[in-house]
Amino acid sequence: MTKPQEIDVMEPVEQEFPKEKYDELESFINSLETTKGALIEILHKAQHIFGYLPRDVQLFIARKLGIPGAEVYGVVSFYSYFTTKPSGKHTISVCMGTACFVRGADKIVEKFKERLGIESNETTEDGLFTIKDVRCIGACGLAPVVMVDDKVYGRVKVEDVDDIINIYRRKGAEVCR
Amino acid sequence: MQIRSLEELNKIKQKSAGKIALRLHRDTTTTGKNILVCGGTGCHANESDKIIKILEALLKSRGMAEQVKVIRTGCFGFCEQGPIIKIEPDNVFYVRVGLKDAKAIVEEHIVNGRWVERLLYEDPQKKEKVNTQEEMTFYKKQLRVALRNCGLINPEDIYEYIAVGGYEALGKALTQMSRAEVIEIVKKSGLRGRGGGGFPTGLKWEITSKQEDEEKFIICNADEGDPGAFMDRSILEGDPHSVIEAMAIGAYAIGADKGIVYIRAEYPLAISRLTTALRQARELGVLGKGIFGTSFNFDVRLKYGAGAFVCGEETALINSCEGKRGEPNYKPPYPAEEGYWGHPTCVNNVETFANIPVIMTRGAEWFASIGTEKSKGTKVFALAGKINNVGLVEVPMGITFREIIFDIGGGIPHGKKFKAVQTGGPSGGVITEKGLDTPIDYDSLLEIGSMMGSGGMIVMDEDDNMVNIAKFYLEFTMDEACGRCVPGRIGTKRLFEMLHKITSGKATMADIDALKQLAYMVKDSSLCGLCQTAPNPVISTMKHFWHEYLAFVEDVDHPQGEGRYIPKNKIGLKS
Repeated sequence: MTKPQEIDVMEPVEQEFPKEKYDELESFINSLETTKGALIEILHKAQHIFGYLPRDVQLFIARKLGIPGAEVYGVVSFYSYFTTKPSGKHTISVCMGTACFVRGADKIVEKFKERLGIESNETTEDGLFTIKDVRCIGACGLAPVVMVDDKVYGRVKVEDVDDIINIYRRKGAEVCR
Repeated sequence: MQIRSLEELNKIKQKSAGKIALRLHRDTTTTGKNILVCGGTGCHANESDKIIKILEALLKSRGMAEQVKVIRTGCFGFCEQGPIIKIEPDNVFYVRVGLKDAKAIVEEHIVNGRWVERLLYEDPQKKEKVNTQEEMTFYKKQLRVALRNCGLINPEDIYEYIAVGGYEALGKALTQMSRAEVIEIVKKSGLRGRGGGGFPTGLKWEITSKQEDEEKFIICNADEGDPGAFMDRSILEGDPHSVIEAMAIGAYAIGADKGIVYIRAEYPLAISRLTTALRQARELGVLGKGIFGTSFNFDVRLKYGAGAFVCGEETALINSCEGKRGEPNYKPPYPAEEGYWGHPTCVNNVETFANIPVIMTRGAEWFASIGTEKSKGTKVFALAGKINNVGLVEVPMGITFREIIFDIGGGIPHGKKFKAVQTGGPSGGVITEKGLDTPIDYDSLLEIGSMMGSGGMIVMDEDDNMVNIAKFYLEFTMDEACGRCVPGRIGTKRLFEMLHKITSGKATMADIDALKQLAYMVKDSSLCGLCQTAPNPVISTMKHFWHEYLAFVEDVDHPQGEGRYIPKNKIGLKS
């Protein structure tokens, strides 16, 4: 059997997760009829449980399946749906499909980046927002489309960007109070 | 209850007929009404779910919940005007319905029988209100075959699907036809793969069926990665059973007993509708063991993709199904010979499957009578961009771009001029004014330097800069290239960098020359279809909009204008 290899490509600061989360993942893996070909399925589940796929979780999966950690990381890094960084409280996804692009989605994503001071796939320092540009939400009739968490904003203009950010800033403030 | 024969299916069909009689205008005796609310992604995003709840509450409070049913259907296609509500049997089509309008619909239309004038669609050219779907220019030239049940039935109710003739094709195939006969019908129909390549579906089935192997697989490719195309998603959301039924027919024909739907994880609504449909199909025994009382066993499971455009390519898709990186393999061997875990595997696209049940029930001749000589049937296009009527349109092959863009699509908004239309997504090319009267089919599109692709159709107006559009597509393919072959990994990156240099005004003629050369190099030497076609947006925009490239370049090689730049190599643009 191949031994899991150490992978040293991700950020060293790792969050500690409660054992229950690992147990949940383990019982999911055990419930599978076969683990042959199930790696992507398991990663989906793991990302659902942990919110992202940190190094420890990847190694846990590698050990459990008896495959090299590099193989797990190879798959994680290949697919854009998997992320190795924790996301902010709200994910702002700007649709970058062609329909949205020709209607100005690039200017909207720039405005979000400028206002929040981060790049795509980064999280603001207060942990409130993560920006992602997604491929196509499939709501081309509403182009350009911005999705914050599950809420879709259609026919967005550059002027609307501040309003959208403020809705969620206010929500955050309400919780603190 | 399990369906064991065609007679039993027929009984269920008759019992369920009442459910949709109002919608098909078959029931003229009752006073009941159906309120159909679009549950497609666009309308869903526009709070159509909340509208349903309000409608239901209003009807309940008036004691009309029994007579008037609210039904969430699949996509009507006219996404620009969403959320859409249709009232049957009155055949009234309301557009852009807001939360507040629900009350007006119930009080005015349902209770008083007066149509809500302001919610009717207004023809932008004639400035007149249009009452019914059939009168709208958007629908007039359409022929809905693959989308036949979208916007008609409730996708979460198998009985409604059976009521419109669902699972009859499967029943007939299993009980009355041999495997070869099924393949023969599909071959005769002339159906070609709707995912982009246009390979004859019947031939693919035949090759897979002839392989000698104990185990075979059938896979539905629902990994729609083309930005700006959403027909597969709409079919899965609006009519999941037709895909399941077609997969079972295909499995019987090729001799498989296991099926996989490879679907994007980013499509939660489609996944949930498909999961419901699979559960219902198993409950009724149209999936599982001994289907229709025969010895044929078949079941389908879902595999989630994880966001990689290349996974739409069939060998990459199979690798991804096996839990690996979605990298393509050399062909041959083709998946039909050696696919999932080394077994013969037939991979078809969602839209291709959606055509199968109709072909089986209405016959190959009927299907072949639609379309052009070499491209039969209809094609669904996702019409988007700078166009008045954004939406899903299904038209017979052979229709022209002009008809789609100006008749169905309602032309370009804000009085702007039409510039180009991009078909086939990042793999395709642009078609200009000159190509507007080209009849659309697989071969004529290739001839004019584009391709059918999955059917995205993005319209651009005079404001769009074509070099920027090419750069946009190259950024996409650069990100999405799997990295396995050098032309794909490095070539696309260099192409993007060159385009970036051009659009930032730092390029010289030599750069444009190099760009041209590299584009053909990547096209000719990449491993799989994704990167072989990746330079197409560059090649096609250079061909049609050469002056836009030149506009970015200052002739620094000849600052005093002492002579024109002479290209170092003679790789011209093949016309």
